[in-house]
Amino acid sequence: MSEWWTYSLSDFLLFSGRTYYRLIELYNIDIWPVQSVALALGCIIVALLWRPREGQGRFIAAILALCWIWVAWAFHWRHFVTINWAAPYFAYVFAVEALLLIVFGVVRDDLAFAPGSLWHRIGLTVVLFSVFAQPLIAPLVGRGLLQAEVFGVAPDPTAVATLGTLLAGGRRALWQMGVIPLMWCILSGAVTWTLGSRDALVIPVVTVVVLAAAATKTARRA
Amino acid sequence: MKLRRHPTGIASRPPAGERRRFIGALVALGAGALMPAAQSFGQGKPFITRPIPSSGEALPVVGLGSWITFNVGNDRVARDSCAEVMRGFFDAGGRMIDSSPMYGSSQDVIGYGLQKLGKPPRTFSADKVWISSGSAGRAQIEKSRERWGVSRFDLVAVHNLLSWQQHLPTLFAMKAAGQIRYVGVTTSEGRRHQEIEEIMRREPLDFVQVSYSAVERDVEARILPLARDRGIAVVVNRPFREGALIRSVKRQPLPAWASEADCGNWAEFLLKFIVSHPAVLCAIPATTSVTHVRENMGACLGRLPDEAMRRRMAAHVEQL
Repeated sequence: MSEWWTYSLSDFLLFSGRTYYRLIELYNIDIWPVQSVALALGCIIVALLWRPREGQGRFIAAILALCWIWVAWAFHWRHFVTINWAAPYFAYVFAVEALLLIVFGVVRDDLAFAPGSLWHRIGLTVVLFSVFAQPLIAPLVGRGLLQAEVFGVAPDPTAVATLGTLLAGGRRALWQMGVIPLMWCILSGAVTWTLGSRDALVIPVVTVVVLAAAATKTARRA
Repeated sequence: MKLRRHPTGIASRPPAGERRRFIGALVALGAGALMPAAQSFGQGKPFITRPIPSSGEALPVVGLGSWITFNVGNDRVARDSCAEVMRGFFDAGGRMIDSSPMYGSSQDVIGYGLQKLGKPPRTFSADKVWISSGSAGRAQIEKSRERWGVSRFDLVAVHNLLSWQQHLPTLFAMKAAGQIRYVGVTTSEGRRHQEIEEIMRREPLDFVQVSYSAVERDVEARILPLARDRGIAVVVNRPFREGALIRSVKRQPLPAWASEADCGNWAEFLLKFIVSHPAVLCAIPATTSVTHVRENMGACLGRLPDEAMRRRMAAHVEQL
């Protein structure tokens, strides 16, 4: 691509905010009642993170892997592709994240929770936010409940919940399985900002919180 | 009228004087064919068309773009809304609709709208080829044609000059075979102007598409004069800079002197500035609103500004 420095994200954004959130609405209608199952899975993750015991990391990783596979197939592959020809690539990346969660989280059991630690608390707070607060953002900013982005079925809260879980689950887990959710949050934050969404700051703020917590965690252990 | 042979074997355009006479006759015919729709829309004001230099075929000076606005996926409500925009466009005498395989579902949505409106015969279908592989160009154009649901494209241009060295020979061959009617290249936002100039000098293009507006006038220096010299039709994309320009000027009242060029709103003001440049064939604003499409088509009506007024318009917008 020549004169690449003259391009901005808006040059690559194929759709308007209205079209994107309407897509979320139609997706929610299409997949109902999967959202209630996803919400239940989110509650299970929160409960397991609240008082983690040995072996539960595998279970949490398996739930998250299931969510990433669902979002890859149902959201990116089947719905987002109708307005974004890049969606199949996103589907592949989300499937890779599911694979990473299975390999490192389920098979190798690399999620090592430290209940009571600052990062565990921050991670749990981020997960609580993604499961219970993120679906409420759409109605709060006037888009309506049908356009709610729900953990486990929509990409943003799924990525945020994964980052929160990995932050609580140890430094190694974060670097093994956190790169893709982090990249997604950065991309999604940039897109919502470019779309001029009223909640454009939400994902960037959460991402900065996770990154700052991860950085201090790494610094303290160094 | 004899056609010259281009080194590539493609028939080139005739000399300018001969072409102008030919064009004059065709313009009269083309404008006449458009008059019924235009008269009912414009309440008696003259409807402005411009001839495509390479053929003389007349087109209204405002077309319809589809970047972002028509990429609504499978949303039936939004598709119907786009079809209504198309209906408003055709009712006002519009002809050229522009799209690209890069624009997501826009081609499908245009196809849906054309089908719903009974495939208006006046449609001038303008699409693009946008793929790195030269050998895949034909297949992509065929897929695009199926999405539009048209028998053939009027114009196919190389989108943003992507692999233009591979695609142009294919497009010229398709034109020679009657599979498309016109060939062009596009760029946007002022990019790669030097390269597009070289292509305009070397290749027998019918069309070139560039960005141009009252606040983005780089093309006035070289591209537009060259297009005029070479008899290449200029289509102007992003005339409102994706809405930012018109949102900006709308905060201010339209100057009273705008009525001297029959401008009744800012859309007409900004579009008439563009299409009054003698090298410009048409501008292709995109919209999701029937009201806005009718405002845009208003730039096809009445008088166009002369050079002095064009300078005044540009100065006024820059001042705002």
